Amino acid sequence: MLKEYKSIVNVSGPLMLVEGVEGVKYEELVEIRLEVGSVRSGRVLEVEGDQALVQVFEGTSGIDPRNTRVRFLGRGARMYLSEDILGKVFTGLGRPMTENDRIIAEKSLDINGSPINPFARDYPDEFIQTGISSIDGLNTLVRGQKLPIFSGSGLPHNKMAAQIARQSTVLGKKEEFAVVFVAIGITFEESQYFINDLRATGAINRSVIILNLADDPAIERIATPRVGLTCAEYLAFEKDMHVLVILTDMTNYCEALKEVSAARKEIPGRRGYPGYLYTDLATIYERAGRIKNKKGSITQIPILTMPEDDKTHPIPDLTGYITEGQIILSRSLHKKKLSPPVDVLPSLSRLKDKGIGEGKTREDHADTFNQLYASYARGKEVQELAVILGEAALTEMDKVYFKFAEEFENRYISQGEYENRTIEETLDLGWELLSVFPRGELKRIRDEYLDKYLEKYMEKEEGQK
Amino acid sequence: MAKIGKIIKVSGPLVVAENMSGSRMFDIVYVSDMRLMGEIIEFRGDKASIQVYEETSGIGVGEPVYPAGRPLNVELGPGIIESIYDGIQRPLDDIYNSSGNYISRGVTADPLDRSKKWEFKPLVKKGDSAAEGDYLGYVQETPLIKHYIMVPPGVKGKVKDIGEGLLAIEDTVAVLSGGEGDVDINMIQRWPVRRPRPYKNKKMPDIPLFTGQRVIDMFFPLAKGGTACVPGPFGSGKTVIQHQLAKWVDAEVIVYIGCGERGNEMTDVLMEFPGLVDPKSGEPLMKRTILIANTSNMPVAAREASVYTGITIAEYFRDMGYSVALMADSTSRWAEAMREISGRLEEMPGEEGYPAYLGARLASFYERAGMVECLGSADGRTGALSVIGAVSPPGGDLSDPVVQATLRVVKVFWSLEANLAYRRHFPAISWLNSYSLYNDSIKENVKKEVAEDYFDLQSDAMSMLEEESELEEIVRLVGLEALSGPDRIILLVSRMIREDFLHQNAFHDIDTYSSIEKQYRMIDVILYFYRQASDSLRMGAEIADVESMKVRDRIARMKYIPKEEIDRIDKIKNDIKAEFTELVEKPHLEE
Ligand SMILES: Nc1ncnc2c1ncn2[C@@H]1O[C@H](COP(=O)(O)OP(=O)(O)OP(=O)(O)O)[C@@H](O)[C@H]1O
Ligand SMILES: [Mg+2]
Repeated sequence: MLKEYKSIVNVSGPLMLVEGVEGVKYEELVEIRLEVGSVRSGRVLEVEGDQALVQVFEGTSGIDPRNTRVRFLGRGARMYLSEDILGKVFTGLGRPMTENDRIIAEKSLDINGSPINPFARDYPDEFIQTGISSIDGLNTLVRGQKLPIFSGSGLPHNKMAAQIARQSTVLGKKEEFAVVFVAIGITFEESQYFINDLRATGAINRSVIILNLADDPAIERIATPRVGLTCAEYLAFEKDMHVLVILTDMTNYCEALKEVSAARKEIPGRRGYPGYLYTDLATIYERAGRIKNKKGSITQIPILTMPEDDKTHPIPDLTGYITEGQIILSRSLHKKKLSPPVDVLPSLSRLKDKGIGEGKTREDHADTFNQLYASYARGKEVQELAVILGEAALTEMDKVYFKFAEEFENRYISQGEYENRTIEETLDLGWELLSVFPRGELKRIRDEYLDKYLEKYMEKEEGQK
Repeated sequence: MAKIGKIIKVSGPLVVAENMSGSRMFDIVYVSDMRLMGEIIEFRGDKASIQVYEETSGIGVGEPVYPAGRPLNVELGPGIIESIYDGIQRPLDDIYNSSGNYISRGVTADPLDRSKKWEFKPLVKKGDSAAEGDYLGYVQETPLIKHYIMVPPGVKGKVKDIGEGLLAIEDTVAVLSGGEGDVDINMIQRWPVRRPRPYKNKKMPDIPLFTGQRVIDMFFPLAKGGTACVPGPFGSGKTVIQHQLAKWVDAEVIVYIGCGERGNEMTDVLMEFPGLVDPKSGEPLMKRTILIANTSNMPVAAREASVYTGITIAEYFRDMGYSVALMADSTSRWAEAMREISGRLEEMPGEEGYPAYLGARLASFYERAGMVECLGSADGRTGALSVIGAVSPPGGDLSDPVVQATLRVVKVFWSLEANLAYRRHFPAISWLNSYSLYNDSIKENVKKEVAEDYFDLQSDAMSMLEEESELEEIVRLVGLEALSGPDRIILLVSRMIREDFLHQNAFHDIDTYSSIEKQYRMIDVILYFYRQASDSLRMGAEIADVESMKVRDRIARMKYIPKEEIDRIDKIKNDIKAEFTELVEKPHLEE
């Protein structure tokens, strides 16, 4: 029998201090029974002497210190699993949402997981075709990567994530992705948009949905991504599936962490976020990847809204320091009605280099994306210059760059929400856009590829004239 | 004998135990019956604060703490090259073999293989006298590394017995008899990581350390035994630079520390290095490399240990007389680990919550770099340990305390800029803000090894880029047309320097490494173009014609010329000359 304590001495914010305890362990799961009969859960943040500091996931409002009973469960928080989780919906703490979502568990796993031994990892290098040129061509995603979307409030990150989930395939392979969709403090409508999309394509049957919505307890959000990733690890590394995990919105997760830290009166780091935010986020984002001798993989697309569209805010900043690149959405491109409004210059995929090229995408891929980047960057500079000096002040070559940047945004970056481009289409489009330049301007591309590909487009142009 | 302590508090990676008298500061302890390794970092009465190198969930008050009675050590000996260790020198490959894909707690494994036999070749004979640092013999550990077995610091005597042939590391290879009786010496040395290994004396770093990276070698060079830092925002190329150095730097041993960074980056090194060959010896690069991996999701306290573990291993090879290069990616994560533990100790926070001793810790770490005269009775054995640290300031802001404290001690600053990275100008090292303070000390050797006018070319190219940035301001205000011909030549040539010389693609099979000879010739050609262009203007050529010369394309492609054919670079000068002659003669013909 587990001992029950009625010795809560202090309640503050999401925390409570329980006294006179014995044998309590750090990180232990706690069950809290309120007078009215409802049950909450918590975890131990610190033990000292006979005192235990407990973080209550559902918050402490309504807790009467004298009439609340506390039990320490002797284990950490766990997720109960079997293959039947596919098609089911769970709460932010990993409990079945409705009767229909109950499963007969085959096993349970600690939601905190364990660090993957770096020696056990296999380097992600299989190209995922998302059908979106700004990703496939310029910021290529590979299976097992963690690539977040940095967005802002009101920007269409959900549409983009849904499009990725809908269109992603690995060329030459028939395996479909299982999707783990983790809603962290987003609105009902936002989550429904996504779920409907999964339904419409039938993907719902290979999806697990974890929901903590805006009106659900905030502190629960600390557990929510971990619940989702535990499902993902189970499916990927025990059931050989390729899993795409969408975590949205990580900003809400960080706010919950900040709240707990503030309640503990910890010395805050930058802008009030705890100093250990980097380490804490790493324990989430690093739960992606591939493992040697395992068939499955975990690809993570975390979504976060940048407060005030500021990339240097601690949440995007520390995320960018952990993830393998970032896709940044731009408000000004969105205003210009470009869809998806990807700000390609600061966007990056760090794993692209080993995922592209001959046998993966096409031999000319690396050279052309370097060239497209360089030319677009120059084009943007010229555009800025033109704003100050007027277009008339531009040299002939500047004008070509000016035009190129426009075309590039309108035709390459922008595409419909339902337009699914093959990688060849994306690469060919790149050449077509580059063909406005004289050959000497295309320094980033090897001669042999210029010979092979550029001439083709020059001829086409000629033919049209 | 130290007593068994009892836990009274657990707060994340920090555990406090009472009844700890008998242990000393920085002693190792084993926490609970899971035997999680920890280190004592504070004493109050008989209460010790312990930073635990493993995850502490499930640990509670009342559990035991077992003192190990020794500080945190590393084991040094044959078998260390090609290893991948965690922050406390547990071999991750062995742990993978014994406990699978995830790192479980309380696992132990010997850092060095006990059973493997090495062919030991003696270098002393019976009756010789030997003192600390002297070679006793060596084993050929890899085709690249002769692993010398040295008399450990503090030991000396007459060689009473010396082994030869196949021996394991725990076998006695030599017996020295001295004042205090006989000492058996085997092939393992143990050394406490927080204590620098001794040497005879330090020397000024005056030999260049070339890296095959043009912006570094030509503009902001390193010296053997020097220190450098690479600060920059996320995605600006710190890790790629560190990997590039680990691959191509002209050092004999590489220690690469992944400190609180991504797991996949370590995997990348592990998978890529065995397939890359050392440009000098043709052997796989892994044969000179040691990896320390304490990734961001591994326990935070071990991150702090990882940099010390790494640098102690590096010093050991320096002591053999090697030139060793150590990369630490990222020192910010180490500083953050310090901050986290300090916060839990409730120490008085300094700037940004970092402890007041941040600067002192960083300084004493970088101070372990250097070119030294090694211990040993023979004269003149020189070893070098060069240290290159990445720094990851929040938001890329260089006023960050870790950046500032680092800049106070290191001599080379490669400043990475987000704007360059966005334009995919890599390496994104700013040519305006970076510096190297070794230019003077290496001057004589560089002139001898590379070329007399190396530093002239360097300063010509750098001042041209400075002028360019001023001219760009003007262009932004009044447009290009307002510039004079000579100014436009400066813009043209600056662009060549940036795009055709400084820009270097790490993922291009040829461009990834440029020998110093190739670099020199490339910049020489560009500056030759500059002189020719200036002359031609004076002789009446049109700036627009200069801007559209054919030979520019050949200059742009110099970087892709393989190392066997670098003579082709010099020949470009002939083409430049020819095309300019044509250009200058053209208007005369019309007259
Ligand atoms: N020399 C280079 N050549 C080509 N590409 C480069 C080069 N340097 C950097 N890059 C590109 O920039 C990306 C980011 O570089 P890197 O991972 O080194 O950044 P970082 O500064 O270490 O970031 P973080 O602080 O987040 O770890 C690389 O994945 C690569 O695509
Ligand atoms: Mg990095």
